[in-house]
Amino acid sequence: MSKKIVQIENVGQTFETKKGKFTALRDIHLDIFEGESISLIGHSGCGKSTLLNLIAGLTRPTSGVMLCDSREIAGPGPERAVVFQNHSLLPWLTCFDNVYLAVERVFSAKEGKARLKQRTHEALELVGLTHAENKYPHEISGGMKQRVGIARALSMQPRILLMDEPFGALDALTRANLQDELMKILAATRATMVMVTHDVDEAVLLSDRVVMLTNGPAATIGELLEVKLERPRDRLALAHDPQFGECRAAIMEFLYQKQLRVAA
Amino acid sequence: MNVAVTMDRTGAGTSSETKGVPVVAPLDNKQDKVAEAAVSVAKSGNEGGRGGEWLQALLRAVLPPVLGVALLIGLWHVATLNGGGIPSPGKTWDAAVVLFSDPFYQEGPNDQGIGWNVLESLKRVGIGFGIAALVGIPAGFMLGRFAVLAQMMNPIISLLRPVSPLAWLPIGLLVFQRADPAATWTIFICSIWPMIMNTAQGVTRIPQDYLNVARVLNLSEWKIFTKILFPAVLPYMLTGIRLSIGTAWLVIVAAEMLTGGVGIGFWVWDEWNNLKVEHIIIAIFVIGIVGLILEQILMLIARRFSYETR
Repeated sequence: MSKKIVQIENVGQTFETKKGKFTALRDIHLDIFEGESISLIGHSGCGKSTLLNLIAGLTRPTSGVMLCDSREIAGPGPERAVVFQNHSLLPWLTCFDNVYLAVERVFSAKEGKARLKQRTHEALELVGLTHAENKYPHEISGGMKQRVGIARALSMQPRILLMDEPFGALDALTRANLQDELMKILAATRATMVMVTHDVDEAVLLSDRVVMLTNGPAATIGELLEVKLERPRDRLALAHDPQFGECRAAIMEFLYQKQLRVAA
Repeated sequence: MNVAVTMDRTGAGTSSETKGVPVVAPLDNKQDKVAEAAVSVAKSGNEGGRGGEWLQALLRAVLPPVLGVALLIGLWHVATLNGGGIPSPGKTWDAAVVLFSDPFYQEGPNDQGIGWNVLESLKRVGIGFGIAALVGIPAGFMLGRFAVLAQMMNPIISLLRPVSPLAWLPIGLLVFQRADPAATWTIFICSIWPMIMNTAQGVTRIPQDYLNVARVLNLSEWKIFTKILFPAVLPYMLTGIRLSIGTAWLVIVAAEMLTGGVGIGFWVWDEWNNLKVEHIIIAIFVIGIVGLILEQILMLIARRFSYETR
């Protein structure tokens, strides 16, 4: 098997709140291997995003060990790029400048300006936004903003791409479109990806493994499903694929039978 | 009749040709020709109406304010018909014509044209306001960034902010021993609060998302400041600046009345001593117009830097 990029060992996360300690996550064990795509799925509030933020280094675990390339994750780093749910582009910068900000940070020590600009162009080309380079975020659609977010993350050439419900705020058609493109990009760049989602189809379609989290508080990994569908995957063909249906059913069963939330 | 209907529709200016057509379309065959005519008339009427609409819009925008001003002058005229101390609009106008025919004369330190007086006041406002910006904006950033500092300063600011800046004038006179810097000092005091408060508020209101971006990209402190903090706070800062310059322009008149020298406030007081009431009325208009221009300039700048509408 390929190399482990991220190791999560016995990790737990508690928050201090006004009502006392709140345990969000406990006993999380997960190894993430190079080149694989993983989805974190669970009911809202189960701590999916908390786990992603831990990998990103935005928060530190209260217990356990988190390693990236065998080194402890002490904070955010360019090798772990994050695509935020609400795109988080800086509204006063053009799409180009938003991406350039990331490129500059990672590569300016070693490369000249021309090369940095070229990298920025390449990243935007990868997500098909060359024509919108000089537009401001408020001038483009939600789907395009999310593409810029993805371009910004990819431009840093991260070891692992962390996505927090990246398509959650988009309409179904745009979402399907972006999912297809993301699959192509992942195949082309052989990037490793961890994605938080609450969409069962999205999880099966995009992932090699689906991590199912139990309900919070004190959520942990309930089940791990391997999706052994051939790549490249085609959403139309998969609609009638029995294996796709089985994976889907397994996740649905977990979410709606074993982890049914009584009060939504 | 059909013609009239379509004309009405388009004439009202609420709909375009496309909306005018369906009104005509469902008519029966006999009236087809009439209907076609109606469409063509409606179209041409619409094109002609576009110029008319434009004129109408202009009238709608300009007429009410003009009427308002006319009403004010009319009331003013009526109020001064029976004599009394207040000069009539006509008399004031004549005085204004004389006054503005040579706004920049200079006959000694106490007798200068109105232009000099306005410029002198603007200079004081500019200096006091400029120093307030230099101190207030960085202070606002600090207060917004460090909660402890904000907690330290909040009681002081809350206590001092409601105090009329004129109360600080004697302190200025005491410290600077001269009238001119004392007036500037008053402007400084009144300008600094809105700048500190708005800048600090802007800093605390920066969306967490942007700060997360900064953390994930691992940006340097300088980049965080120039690419995230500063642009995010800029609109708030400009609001603070706009509020301060408004107050500064209010305060300078009063401050100059007390300190004397050259300046529009002093000029008003001087003309009162000379009993040239029409000049006081002219000064009121001048102060108002200058204040309006300052406000508009800052609004323009603010619009230039508001990233949502750019």
